[in-house]
Amino acid sequence: MAHGAAQGARADGTFYVEGPVRLFVLASVFWGIIGFTVGDVIAWQLAFPALNLDLPWTTFGRLRPLHTSAVIFAFGGNVLFATSLYVVQRTCRARLYGGDGLGYIVFWGYQIFIVIAALGYVTGATQGKEYAEPEWYADLFLTVVWVLYMAAFIGTILKRREPHIYVANWFFLAFMVTIALLHLGNNMAVPVALMGGDSWTKSYGLLSGVQDAMTQWWYGHNAVGFFLTAGFLAIMYYFVPKQANRPVYSYRLSIVHFWALIFLYIWAGPHHLHYTALPDWAQTLGMVFSVMLWMPSWGGMINGLMTLSGAWDKLRTDPVLRFLVVSVGFYGMSTFEGPMMSLKAVNSLSHYTDWTVGHVHSGALGWVAFISFGALYFMVPALWKRKSLYSLKLVSLHFWIATLGIVLYITAMWVSGIMQGLMWRAYDDLGFLQYSFIESVEAMHPYYIIRATGGVLFIIGALIMAYNFYRTIKGDVAEGAQDSVPATGAAVGAQG
Amino acid sequence: MDSLDQLSDFLRQFWGLWLMLLFLGIVWWAYRPKNKDRFKDDAMIPLRDDETVEENDNGRSS
Repeated sequence: MAHGAAQGARADGTFYVEGPVRLFVLASVFWGIIGFTVGDVIAWQLAFPALNLDLPWTTFGRLRPLHTSAVIFAFGGNVLFATSLYVVQRTCRARLYGGDGLGYIVFWGYQIFIVIAALGYVTGATQGKEYAEPEWYADLFLTVVWVLYMAAFIGTILKRREPHIYVANWFFLAFMVTIALLHLGNNMAVPVALMGGDSWTKSYGLLSGVQDAMTQWWYGHNAVGFFLTAGFLAIMYYFVPKQANRPVYSYRLSIVHFWALIFLYIWAGPHHLHYTALPDWAQTLGMVFSVMLWMPSWGGMINGLMTLSGAWDKLRTDPVLRFLVVSVGFYGMSTFEGPMMSLKAVNSLSHYTDWTVGHVHSGALGWVAFISFGALYFMVPALWKRKSLYSLKLVSLHFWIATLGIVLYITAMWVSGIMQGLMWRAYDDLGFLQYSFIESVEAMHPYYIIRATGGVLFIIGALIMAYNFYRTIKGDVAEGAQDSVPATGAAVGAQG
Repeated sequence: MDSLDQLSDFLRQFWGLWLMLLFLGIVWWAYRPKNKDRFKDDAMIPLRDDETVEENDNGRSS
């Protein structure tokens, strides 16, 4: 076997590039806690506007992009860097292309991008495009970092010892290529300084009007589709089989899942622009493709969940697996809700309300964050060469606190969002609007407090995880923890 | 050349159909009985690295 040749080289643990991967893991925990905290601050701001502090830097408008970018690009991004570089080396049985050096350059490059972008938000430098707020100089810098990242990943695939490219790498690759395309497409802008303006930070986009809106949501929805979905599905296809110690339910289904997702996702963007100036046919097209996305989404969910078939008892004893599997459940739930909300009739009620916010967070907290936590819990002992995590009891505690937080969050937003939508469309007998806008805002208040409380629970969970990692890396093992380590054994080779 | 241009212009109209056929071809390839064992083997890729590298099994083998 080709990969047998590397056996001796790997026995000392230095075969794979792990230094940069460790840093990416630590960075994801760090940015995750910051991103969750900023999110909860703005949640409390919505309940109590005085918390805006009357300062420009701390207003909701500037902190909200700080929150979304911190959780999506800083937390999620670092998780994707960590897992992709971890997975590609192991499934290709090849050392990272570019070695430690390129890995560290990509790591520090990406962290510098995050800081540049964040400083821009609080000081008011923004393109004003949702999820694409960084100005032109940050965009150009990220482009360089991204090309280096792709070089490291693709270079590793090219020199692989394993003949077949495992499906997780396909999903990672789709994520990288599509994000590059979206980033370049949606950030075409001219700095005003080049046109005789006096600002070096401000730029204007190449497109305007409805073309600009459509490009923005082509970007926005595919950022959801390829950053927050394809990338994290790659995590599912590697870490669920690893933690459950059994191969994915159907590898053939995973191939169909991949291509169905690739063919369909790119068309769904217009559902963000229902009942706007966007031509009606384009809205309908976006709606139809969004509904068709049910198929790959549920195909993928079934594939992830059925991997556990015959080993469901592991969920009872292994809280890390519980994170991974429950995240796939949330994936199925939020990808059922999404296409439903893209139906124009439903969208006329849900759009611009808190329902959308609840939907996004069932995907972001339940799917993206939970599968990330599962992968991080798997990788920390493996990367720091520890026998086990410090405490599985703390993992379990994290799981239940975070789950309770999510439930509070999304149920509060469902109730508040649907109520909001119904209040906006209510007419009285004479045909006047029944409620003024401020009345609907007032009605939100209790739900905003419940939501922000859910957020507090989610942050507490993340802090428990950080503590658990700190003790694991230090080399501690909690008393009695050794016994509860699931005895999954390494007898997998026998199955193959 | 002219007729090739015309042919390509004509066929390009049906791009949706071509993409659909490409996708159905992939489904056919994935579910072809001949490929069954091969994909079963490929599914084992992430689990096979435990065979040789002890430190990569999350410490569960010891």
